[in-house]
Amino acid sequence: MSAFVELQNVTQVFGNPKKEHTVALDDFSFSISETVPSFTAVVGESGSGKTTLARILLGFQFPTIGTVRYRGTDIHKFSARERQTFRREIQAVFQDPFEVYNPFYKVDHLLTVPIARFHLAKSRTEARALMETALRTVGLRPEETLGRYPHQLSGGQRQRVTVARALLLKPRLIVADEPVSMVDASLRATILESLDTLRRDFGISFLYITHDLTTAYQVSDNIIVLYRGSVAETGDVEQVIKDPQHPYTQLLVSSIPLPDPDRRWGEDVVAAGQSEATAGEQKGCKFANRCPYVMPMCRESAPPLYRTSAHRAVACYLYRDAGEALDGDIAQTFRMSVAATTGGA
Amino acid sequence: MSAVAAVGTDVLRVEDLRVYYRTDRGPVKAVDGISFSLRQGERFGLAGESGSGKSTTALAIMRLIQPPGRIEGGSIHLGERDLTQLSEEQFRQVRLADIALIPQGAMNSLNPVRRVRDHFFDSIRAHERGTTDLAIRERINELLRMVGLREETANLYPHELSGGMKQRVCIALGIALQPKVIIADEPTSALDVVVQRHVMQTLSAVQHRLEASVILVGHDMGLLAQFVDRLGVMYAGKLVEVGPVREIFREPLHPYTQLLIASLPSLQEKGIFRGVPGLPPSLLDPPTGCLFHPRCPHAMDRCTTEIPELQEVRPDHWVACHLY
Repeated sequence: MSAFVELQNVTQVFGNPKKEHTVALDDFSFSISETVPSFTAVVGESGSGKTTLARILLGFQFPTIGTVRYRGTDIHKFSARERQTFRREIQAVFQDPFEVYNPFYKVDHLLTVPIARFHLAKSRTEARALMETALRTVGLRPEETLGRYPHQLSGGQRQRVTVARALLLKPRLIVADEPVSMVDASLRATILESLDTLRRDFGISFLYITHDLTTAYQVSDNIIVLYRGSVAETGDVEQVIKDPQHPYTQLLVSSIPLPDPDRRWGEDVVAAGQSEATAGEQKGCKFANRCPYVMPMCRESAPPLYRTSAHRAVACYLYRDAGEALDGDIAQTFRMSVAATTGGA
Repeated sequence: MSAVAAVGTDVLRVEDLRVYYRTDRGPVKAVDGISFSLRQGERFGLAGESGSGKSTTALAIMRLIQPPGRIEGGSIHLGERDLTQLSEEQFRQVRLADIALIPQGAMNSLNPVRRVRDHFFDSIRAHERGTTDLAIRERINELLRMVGLREETANLYPHELSGGMKQRVCIALGIALQPKVIIADEPTSALDVVVQRHVMQTLSAVQHRLEASVILVGHDMGLLAQFVDRLGVMYAGKLVEVGPVREIFREPLHPYTQLLIASLPSLQEKGIFRGVPGLPPSLLDPPTGCLFHPRCPHAMDRCTTEIPELQEVRPDHWVACHLY
């Protein structure tokens, strides 16, 4: 297998497993290919485990159960050198472009530190050239950006500088956790476009974590819908968003506020009424209490992911006759983009 | 003694409102001469990006502008009373009773060391000294039920509530005194789509029940399209377009509105990115003429010198642009 990063049966539990605890991620298996750059969206409401997944992938957190491998090596067993490469090849872009800056430093600081840490340049001139190239790649003019303080840039500009920083390190994977949710609508498109360009031109894979299904649909090839730590539905984004099969995905998609006054939300507040469903563990499907189609078997045991088509799997008993249960890595269902060039920055 | 007497059908009229923030480098014109009205029973949306002045407008109507900000001019009529001319004490009686604000970020607007019930007691007692505890308790129960929460929620502390529940508590607080005008400033900005939809439907139900009028302030054009009847689009402190929401989405007239609507990601077509080129202007050093001209694809010579006035180019559809 040529997995760049691989998560195998990863479970993350917070709290004391014997007492009150939360399963933030439940038996999750997923991989990101080494050879084909991919753009994968992870969507779900707060508490669905999106950010936990990001933290595990970034190596900020070791899962309670399961293994995380980077180029075949368990990330628990890294040598110093491997850790250094791992830190360079997987980069993060976070939600709040205000918090990653120290207001007392010029924005240059954010770019010069990684250059120094990872010995990317031999001289100041070379460092400057690297910074300028990275900024231009994300659509910023270096002369208007360098030498400024964070408060002198707009939110959109700041977020693009953080993307430029990630880019400096020539990463293979960028984990972007809600990168545009704090950016104005008119600038969102520009930032997402620059992410898309990076994938195309530099062969960088993206894991795009968001609660915004519309932008997820716009930029990604494949999608993972998480519900309270478990995968509800996954596969080709076109299929999942245009024709959602899991009742939870259906609820999500029908709740998108479409910018069209002629297509307003229906008054059917179906399961939304229980949107504050009780926490705590329950047997069976985690969505059962909110599900309009709930059957007795749903409360007995959690449904496996049924592979309803080549590029989609759904964890719902409604589809128990529609396909085989999926075993292991959910990326098996992914449609690999043909438009993408062969990797290697 | 409601201050809301019908003047035509307008319950609230904002005229030539100006709110400036004084800084060492000169005034920042956060809101610069905007006029609009809110009609009886209507839902009016104020759209705009960060720094466009939409929240400042909402705060100005509630007289909550803090120094160095100041209402420099204009009037805000609620019925026949000009809110800008009332004394602080007079306005205190209007706030919440006649006009209420559902704030942005419900996360931070509840007092963490007080139970939900105490928030209601404070608000109601500030306006009605004679009401008995029992009557207030019953009213709290009814208010909580109206927003889809259980009565026991009153005993909880804010940290025991989820984001959606907090936001519903804020709606319930906002309507405690049955105001005729509700201003909701990005009431769902931190919530997930499903919860957002539920909160907006709650607001909608409450509005019908009180026969109130609502101003919804926000940057989420999708949410505004879902909720409002008429929309005002703000850019750099000015209203650039006002009209029925369907017309604005179907055929936006101002070039900024056109670009803004075109930039919205849709579920129809994939992978098409159209941002609005350029950046919003600095309010300290705004461009001459039309504030949008540096980013406008249709800019003409006239746009660089002459500020366009908001004018009615179609029935009930106003736009501030020299193209029309």
